[in-house]
Amino acid sequence: MAMSPAEIESMIKAAIPDAQINIEDLRGDGDHYAAYVISATFKGKTRVQQHQMVYQALRGRMGNELHALALQTSVPTEA
Amino acid sequence: MDSHVAERIRQEIQSNDVVLFMKGTPVFPQCGFSAAVVQVLSHLGVKFNGIDVLQDPGLRQGVKDFSNWPTVPQLYVKGEFVGGCDIVREMFQSGELQGLLQEKGIQSQPAA
Repeated sequence: MAMSPAEIESMIKAAIPDAQINIEDLRGDGDHYAAYVISATFKGKTRVQQHQMVYQALRGRMGNELHALALQTSVPTEA
Repeated sequence: MDSHVAERIRQEIQSNDVVLFMKGTPVFPQCGFSAAVVQVLSHLGVKFNGIDVLQDPGLRQGVKDFSNWPTVPQLYVKGEFVGGCDIVREMFQSGELQGLLQEKGIQSQPAA
């Protein structure tokens, strides 16, 4: 079962409320996405930790229903 | 998780400077994400030990539990988890990966 971009976005939002999220459906197949997530809560964390926060937000979907989510995380420039 | 699997992973990442848990082998990757990381490492001329998790279902799940990371490939340098395909690619593009390898004393011979 693939996930919709809205579903991915709302799961991330639920765990990281201040997140600015941009999701791209890379192949238009609802199965290969790229997500750009910007949040002040990433500040001071390593990339691995930042990605882990997003994966945690997706509660086990990543690597299962969600086959491919290319992830890029960053802190807001003004933070 | 199975403690034998954890022990095996620990041993692999401690006895090899650069370890890539991947799908398929460095010569025949079975997944585009694994292939991308192999390509980066090969481009940098880094010697690494590629471990095919498809050969062992226990290991395939084990590496995910071990690193608290939901996907394969996973790159370890000197026993430390560096990241998956996205992070490796991003670090390579920014030059951070090259810096990390240098800092850790890993030999690399970039292809001309």
